[in-house]
Amino acid sequence: MSTIRVRAQESDGIVTVRALMTHPMETGTSKDAAGNLIPPHHIDVVTADVGDTNVMTAYWGVTISRNPFFQFQFEGSKGDTLKLAWTDNQGGSDSVEATIG
Amino acid sequence: MTSNKRRVFLKGTLAAGTVGVAVGAGLLAPSKLLAAWPEEAFKARGFEDTLQAALGTTDMPEGDIEISAPEIAENGMVVPVTVETGMSDVSEMALFVVENGSPLTSKYVLGAGAVPMFATRIKMGQSSDVVAAVKSGDTWYSATREVKVTIGGCGG
Repeated sequence: MSTIRVRAQESDGIVTVRALMTHPMETGTSKDAAGNLIPPHHIDVVTADVGDTNVMTAYWGVTISRNPFFQFQFEGSKGDTLKLAWTDNQGGSDSVEATIG
Repeated sequence: MTSNKRRVFLKGTLAAGTVGVAVGAGLLAPSKLLAAWPEEAFKARGFEDTLQAALGTTDMPEGDIEISAPEIAENGMVVPVTVETGMSDVSEMALFVVENGSPLTSKYVLGAGAVPMFATRIKMGQSSDVVAAVKSGDTWYSATREVKVTIGGCGG
């Protein structure tokens, strides 16, 4: 199952994207049950593309909350496909495609 | 078969040509060509040093920028923040928490047709000014809003 839930709704030529990503977003300062520091583990780059065109790129640090929420807007059309992708600092990644409604 | 291949080839050539021209003209920024995660800016400590690392300046005139955030955040682990601006020709935006150990929370590069706004949820270690920066033309502008935090949220 994808770690990304996304909705993209067009109104008056503006597409509003609301996305929720499942990710621990560890700061590197928390400790586990045994008292060991949990290394930083966070999404660092989020990209949003329509076809070959990038519409938004976000660079995130450890102070974005766990299971990040991200909303943004761009000029777009109903029926187009939005691709949302993230990578994290430990080499993890995921992406999802959503049809703009 | 042959004609299919030819069609695919032509489509590919045309697409590559268009993208190539657009990239050359600075109109398009395919994700793979974008800059890497700005490590120095995220690792910087202290607000002034972080601004310098993240934006290349500490001198930011006040801009037409609206920060929506709670006046009092009960839980510093999850503070919803929305940044919007009426300014034109916006290419980048960034969000800082002055009192956080690492003040830069996030930086945004606007692509084709992007509206200059974003909303996310951030961690705040304690009550702090939250600063939004918006690059309009060649100048970074800023706005500041205080958020009081009841229980800090930076782990430890």
